[in-house]
Amino acid sequence: MCTVCGCSEGEARIEGHDHGHTHHHEQGHGHSHAEPLHDYSQGPAHAHAPGLSQARMVQIEQDILGKNNEYAAANRRWFAERGILVLNLVSSPGSGKTTLLTRTITDLKQALELAVIEGDQQTTFDAERIRDTGVKALQINTGKGCHLDAHMVGHALESLSPGDGSVLFIENVGNLVCPAAFDLGEAHKVAILSVTEGEDKPLKYPDMFHAAGLMILNKIDLLPYVSFDAEKCIGYARRVNPGIKVLQVSATTGEGMDDWYCWLRANRQLAAIGS
Amino acid sequence: MHEMSLCEGVLQVLQDSARQQGFLRVKTVWLEIGALASVDVEAMRFSFDVVVNGSLANGARLEIIGLPGRAWCMPCGQTVSVEQRFDACSECGSYQLQVTGGDEMRIKELEVE
Repeated sequence: MCTVCGCSEGEARIEGHDHGHTHHHEQGHGHSHAEPLHDYSQGPAHAHAPGLSQARMVQIEQDILGKNNEYAAANRRWFAERGILVLNLVSSPGSGKTTLLTRTITDLKQALELAVIEGDQQTTFDAERIRDTGVKALQINTGKGCHLDAHMVGHALESLSPGDGSVLFIENVGNLVCPAAFDLGEAHKVAILSVTEGEDKPLKYPDMFHAAGLMILNKIDLLPYVSFDAEKCIGYARRVNPGIKVLQVSATTGEGMDDWYCWLRANRQLAAIGS
Repeated sequence: MHEMSLCEGVLQVLQDSARQQGFLRVKTVWLEIGALASVDVEAMRFSFDVVVNGSLANGARLEIIGLPGRAWCMPCGQTVSVEQRFDACSECGSYQLQVTGGDEMRIKELEVE
């Protein structure tokens, strides 16, 4: 176990990151702790003799996700200092995240510097697909884990080292539940939903659509063949998140992709200005 | 099942506090979990027992304090209670609600020895 930052001895593996070696902690993971209160007045045993064993109460008042949030804040500072736009792509498996990403990279890699962190339970297939486009990619295998956390991303940055002013895509594990709660330090979560799924998914998985800043409705070239009501789906998404932006695209035919690129460029410029 | 990770987070806080405050065993853990916190309480209980097994909190009791979902309605200005993120305002029926409470996930206190 890493004694500096508390890397778990779990099953998560980051490509090129061997947990046997020394970690670099130049990101300065903040470890702040609340000042807990020693309050014996509430102890059930009410014993005050020194050294006498007694049960006592300790006020903690700490966020369960506090540690993840500290790592996320450190990541966010790191991104802000370098003017990097970071997007956390979340969806169910099979929504076309990787296809959307490879198309985006192919279309934009001449104009923008891009990098990708791929999260999957197992295999490095997705990172290899991305590397085939000629862009830097790093795979994180979460093992049994159902989401990426900010600590994994922090370590991934050490080996990936995305350039100043670049765009970093983090493709999260295909899962509409768990990644919602884990801030990675991204500028936005982008939820990708395809028209071959249920239009009621924003209501079935409200936490994710609430956490997302943008919803991309993918595979719209298939709309004539499926009974998916796009307007209804968008209505549901706005119910859980009145401020969510929505784009309709087909990563296969390219329809609507220009809007997505506009959104990307605008947000990259905002990231370049700094927070 | 991110409840497993959340419980690992809880255990980390317990271990840190044990070091700082010099206690050896945790007997009871009180968590505050909001209705909108995307936490399944039963999964949390299951994961907790698994995660703390063999640790300083082995066999500890887990007490979960549920906190209600609250939201402020932008159109009518009322504070209303909500059970889901997609609930409508109970006063005016609008969905333009700003959640103001109920997304907490906090370790409140511990009984230790």
